[in-house]
Amino acid sequence: MNQFRRTFLKGAGAAGSVAVAVAAGLLKPTEVLAAEWNKAGFGATKLDEALKSVGGAGAAESKDIVIKAPDIAENGAVVPVEITSNIAGTASIALFIETNLNPLCSTYDFSNGALGYISTRVKMAKTSKVRAIVKAGGKTYTAAKEVKVTIGGCGG
Amino acid sequence: MNRREFLQLLAVAAAGGLALDSKSALAANPGSLYDLPAFGNVSLLHFTDCHAQLMPLYFREPNVNLGVASMAGKPPHLVGEKLLKQFGVAPGTAEAHAFTYLDFEAAAKTYGKVGGFAHLSTLVKRVKESRPGSLLLDGGDTWQGSATSLWTQGQDMVDACKALGVDVMTGHWEFTYGAQRVKEIVDRDLKGKMDFVAQNVKTNDFGDQVFDPYVIRPINGVPVAIIGQAFPYTPIANPRHMIPDWSFGIQDDNLQKMVNEARGKGAQVVVVLSHNGMDVDLKMASRVTGVDAILGGHTHDGVPAPVAVKNAGGQTLVTNAGSNGKFLGVLDFEVKNGKVAGWKYKLLPVFSNLLPADPAMEALIKQIRAPYESKLNEVLAVSDDLLYRRGNFNGTWDQLILDALMEVKGAQLAFSPGFRWGTTILPGEPITMEKLMDQTAITYPQTTVNDFTGQQIKDILEDVCDNLFNPDPYYQQGGDMVRVGGLTYTCTPNAAMGKRISDMRLNGKPVSAGKKYKEAGWAPVGEGVAGEPIWEVVAQYLRAKKTIKGIKLNQPKLIGMAGNPGIA
Repeated sequence: MNQFRRTFLKGAGAAGSVAVAVAAGLLKPTEVLAAEWNKAGFGATKLDEALKSVGGAGAAESKDIVIKAPDIAENGAVVPVEITSNIAGTASIALFIETNLNPLCSTYDFSNGALGYISTRVKMAKTSKVRAIVKAGGKTYTAAKEVKVTIGGCGG
Repeated sequence: MNRREFLQLLAVAAAGGLALDSKSALAANPGSLYDLPAFGNVSLLHFTDCHAQLMPLYFREPNVNLGVASMAGKPPHLVGEKLLKQFGVAPGTAEAHAFTYLDFEAAAKTYGKVGGFAHLSTLVKRVKESRPGSLLLDGGDTWQGSATSLWTQGQDMVDACKALGVDVMTGHWEFTYGAQRVKEIVDRDLKGKMDFVAQNVKTNDFGDQVFDPYVIRPINGVPVAIIGQAFPYTPIANPRHMIPDWSFGIQDDNLQKMVNEARGKGAQVVVVLSHNGMDVDLKMASRVTGVDAILGGHTHDGVPAPVAVKNAGGQTLVTNAGSNGKFLGVLDFEVKNGKVAGWKYKLLPVFSNLLPADPAMEALIKQIRAPYESKLNEVLAVSDDLLYRRGNFNGTWDQLILDALMEVKGAQLAFSPGFRWGTTILPGEPITMEKLMDQTAITYPQTTVNDFTGQQIKDILEDVCDNLFNPDPYYQQGGDMVRVGGLTYTCTPNAAMGKRISDMRLNGKPVSAGKKYKEAGWAPVGEGVAGEPIWEVVAQYLRAKKTIKGIKLNQPKLIGMAGNPGIA
């Protein structure tokens, strides 16, 4: 275990890496995101409405979207999710937890040919499909992976 | 009792009219079981899930071990005669007794106890003698499962395993002593003597490896990589708060990386020492390439022969070596021109009467037990019934725990976890404190009383049932169904998640979703739960009853399982 790296990064704080990403043009400044706040999408309680808000209805299934998430969540309150879009010209990724009260979890825009990759932690109320909607070249693509949330215990 | 005494006893028993038929064959040539001609140049000895059982014991294999979806009717989901037929084991033999529940009581009396570290030690030494350079691998669930392991925080087993000569291990229940204790043992006791490997345990924050993912050891000049796979769902099946900073999971992509890395470093044989459970191992073997064998545990399946799984890179052998020190797996490889050219495997039952105790190990065990003897030997009651745990839905030992919980706590229904460890008691044997601890010795033994609504009860049953019968093994956790006392129900294993449980009744009356019911249970995974330890509750019950008999096993009505060879 690299104790030095751990201490150094703790001191530097997570915000630092975000600032670097923004400076490099990988993420748009927050002001721009704020202006484009998808109120209908993030407020939607129905999956189809939330999907519609990002133009995700009828998106084509794609194997070029890789979702990395646990098969069974160790803690539903912080489920690590990574999404990689290998589709050329990925412009945005939207992340959905289908059975959450508000299914649309987050959206990410990419510019200047940035790699279509995000890593985040999400809260999951119960077992659900984790779905990604990717926009690229004016088309929408999708992939999903099931993550089980269980009460635990009784194993072994 | 030594072997000669045992043979004399058999002769007396035979003269007394006990049916011994094929068993006398064993008596006539007791050594043959252990005459295992050497093969190849790389040998790995494997035991797993001994659950801290240092002493010889009885252990009844299940008569319910259902497989669903693609797993139906395939190893390890075969019981009794179906299992014997699949693996060509002759009925009525010592091996048939070791691998099945058939005619358990009579056979147990004939063949005697199994396991015990002193006897296992003798077998390990014998096999190693014919296989110089071989390594001994321990699949985990070693430091938990007995009174002395709990009272010494696993130290008894650490010392016993060092004396046994374990070279490499991985873990599951080990983690229930907490992260600090595990690290202390690995860094202090095991350092330079035994490798604790786990490719799938990483820190929550940066994903750093907590343990070495693998080790490469030369066997007769051949570099052999042993990659560790800890139980992937430890933080879910057991209390998360005991290992708050560690993340687990199956992580087969990382496993592939480790396989490639080890091959890159010159490993000519790559094996995974796994605590996944057999169904997960079988799926993993189909997805990961470059692994010669997965030596598996967790699901306590005594599988006589490996399952060869085809994958994009060739094939991977998958084994499972039972539990409670009852078996020793011997995997021989013939390695030629840098790769595996042939193999042989044998899962040897450890019959305590046929293997003399190793004196050094016997002395160590005596020393370990000495401070606790009087506590261990307290007789709480005598059982007129056969007491066992294993089986998908219930066992008589669990029913006894449920009955005790309901009576002592005044509850309408009770839940007891579907653990697969726990020894067996023959009718007429005393139930000692030690035997009770064999069923209950965990670091979170608190009992709880809850007012659950009918809906909550159903949700709990559905949740656990999916852990057992999800058609995708990666979503299973490998325990058995939660044991249920007082409440009857119907289970449809092939139904979808949330739709398997129906017709829940208490005293014949349907349970209503909104009404509250008083439930008693134990082994809470949440932090800060207070309650009397389960062994105190059951001990109180046993002392009052004095004799246990006529236990009524509460099992669900099953739908859609007719003809499944995983039930008898």
